[in-house]
Amino acid sequence: MSDRAPSELIIEAGRTERHYWADLWRYRELFYFLAWRDILVRYKQTAIGIAWALIQPFLTMIVLTVVFGKLAQLPSEGAPYPILVFSAMLPWQFFANSLSACSNSLITNANLISKIYFPRLIVPASAVVVSFVDFMVAGMILLGLMAWYNYVPSWRILCLPLFVAIAAAASLGAGLWLAALNVRYRDVRYIVPFMVQFGLYVSPVGFSSSVIPERWRLLYSLNPLVGVIDGFRWAILGGTSNLYLPGFILSLGLLAVLLASSIWYFRKVERTFADVI
Amino acid sequence: MSETVIQVENLGKKYTIGHQQPQDTGLRHVLDRGWRSLLRRGLKPGQQTAPPKTEEFWALRDVSFEVNQGDRVGIIGRNGAGKSTLLKLLSRITDPTTGRIRLKGRVASLLEVGTGFHPELTGRENIYLNGAILGMSKAEIQRKFDEIVAFAEVEQFLDTPVKRYSSGMYVRLAFAVAAHLEPEILVVDEVLAVGDAQFQKKCLGKMEDVGKEGRTVIFVSHNMGTIVQLCNKAFYFQKGCLLEQGDVNQIISHYLTTNTEDTRNGKICLNSSLKQDKAAFFSSVSVLDTGDRKSSELDVRSPIKIILEYEITQNLSNLELSIRVDTHDGRPVFTSQQSDFNTASLAERSPGQYQTTIEIPGMFLMPGSYLLTLAAHQPMVEIHDFHEHILSFVVLETGTKYAQYNQPHNVGLVMIDLPWQEAKLSECVSIHP
Repeated sequence: MSDRAPSELIIEAGRTERHYWADLWRYRELFYFLAWRDILVRYKQTAIGIAWALIQPFLTMIVLTVVFGKLAQLPSEGAPYPILVFSAMLPWQFFANSLSACSNSLITNANLISKIYFPRLIVPASAVVVSFVDFMVAGMILLGLMAWYNYVPSWRILCLPLFVAIAAAASLGAGLWLAALNVRYRDVRYIVPFMVQFGLYVSPVGFSSSVIPERWRLLYSLNPLVGVIDGFRWAILGGTSNLYLPGFILSLGLLAVLLASSIWYFRKVERTFADVI
Repeated sequence: MSETVIQVENLGKKYTIGHQQPQDTGLRHVLDRGWRSLLRRGLKPGQQTAPPKTEEFWALRDVSFEVNQGDRVGIIGRNGAGKSTLLKLLSRITDPTTGRIRLKGRVASLLEVGTGFHPELTGRENIYLNGAILGMSKAEIQRKFDEIVAFAEVEQFLDTPVKRYSSGMYVRLAFAVAAHLEPEILVVDEVLAVGDAQFQKKCLGKMEDVGKEGRTVIFVSHNMGTIVQLCNKAFYFQKGCLLEQGDVNQIISHYLTTNTEDTRNGKICLNSSLKQDKAAFFSSVSVLDTGDRKSSELDVRSPIKIILEYEITQNLSNLELSIRVDTHDGRPVFTSQQSDFNTASLAERSPGQYQTTIEIPGMFLMPGSYLLTLAAHQPMVEIHDFHEHILSFVVLETGTKYAQYNQPHNVGLVMIDLPWQEAKLSECVSIHP
């Protein structure tokens, strides 16, 4: 930042920031530092530390496998049921963790927001990054499961980064809306845990979305997470899993709208954060 | 050199104060209000809905000024004058409602010491984090790391989480990071009052250095002494407006003499009902000029009378009354105690109302602004009543011998005629014949 020649800055009433995206780039180090801080702090003074990022999804996976796979006897698309569940757990946990972290991120950093200028977008974005680290750690479980079941993925696994990007976009889109709303309406704080709990059963985490009757598939895809999770399964489970294309495109379109509208809304209200937080 | 770096035009900031209860801003109430106004509009088209019960409040209104490069500007004003709002606008934390600001150069704002410090992180980690928050790059922090640590005097505890720091260590570290910022424009809120006296001195020194390096500093403080020491200019804000700007000494004198409405006539009544349970308390204090008129502007040539009225509510012995006169920037000039003059005043006294008059001789206090502090106490036992800087008065330059000099405040605080006894030792022999 110091390498920049002194330039003139004009702050005017009602003027939208022209250099916003450039500013975002200039404050990238703050972005790294905030994410780094949250990662460092996350498991401080815990006895088993980062292992928590493994235990939680692992136990959830067992419960879902027992309930949906063994008790309800739902079909598994040819793959071992734990892998079916876990390939959906990964994006789902990523989404759910980012949603919770994002929506509270501005509030927990209220002291920063009321004392220092920086593009506020940094705060929820770094919250997503922190959840992404947990996602990577949990990804190791998937590798373990694959080794355990001697499961070799197909070439489709190479598309996984694309779906990870889509999952990140979904998390950021929903997270930004909730973060911005949470600044003014603390109701959000109570809505989010409910959304997360509810979403686990509404999204095809414990079961394959192929169990949904064909005529409801498109309607079901209105839940943007359906597209994300199906994409993950398509990439990880290989040949046995088929992507329901109209639904996937619908989910993708909805995600694009969600992300664009969230950035638009966030930018619109961001300037008043310091006054209302 | 005197390039304008900050230009502010018609700056204003409006806040809407809700008279509704805070919980009314919850989502339900907003939806509820929206729904109702929709219904009302639907039922009676054309009729305006009653506006919600809110009030506008201009924290800052129509402020225009310019600051040149290298200026160190002190911003003074009472609470609620808009000082902090101005700093928030300058540092882009919040947006102005009207007007515009032009800034040339990198602005760093220091509105609080230790913003973003995380208690779980170690000192080392917090230096990096806080530096990034204040706008330093990682390379910059690395370069100054040792300097910061040395300044904060926390070498031993670098790898200890700051939650285990003493509060003194914590603020020292926080200030040290901030002090090593190198912006072109530095915006500082009242943050220097941290740490012990020695560290405060170090902080002030550091701030002075910043000023000497030709950087522009905007500084808010209630401590006039610090402002005088650090700044060369001052802006005086009142109720959101820029009342006066100019030389720091002049503005501070104006500020102090208009400090309370009561001081205009040189008398302050102190008898609040709260004090009735005190053993001794002051009921009023006034400053009188030679004509026994109450006044806050006094002639340097004539004596000044200070009249104290006080009440004693129970039998008290050893009661000591004292006054202290400070300069406008808080430096004590002298203290005077009743028993210095009359030891009998320490004997037991019965309840009642008393009055005492103190006379400060003419041609003693240098022209300038002064602050009066009162105390009623039993030495080493109990302080019954204490009023710091309760009243201010101005000693006017009406013709001292020092008036001929440009900077009379460099002469001293008091004038005193000392006998200069002289004897001629020998006839001078010219060295260069």
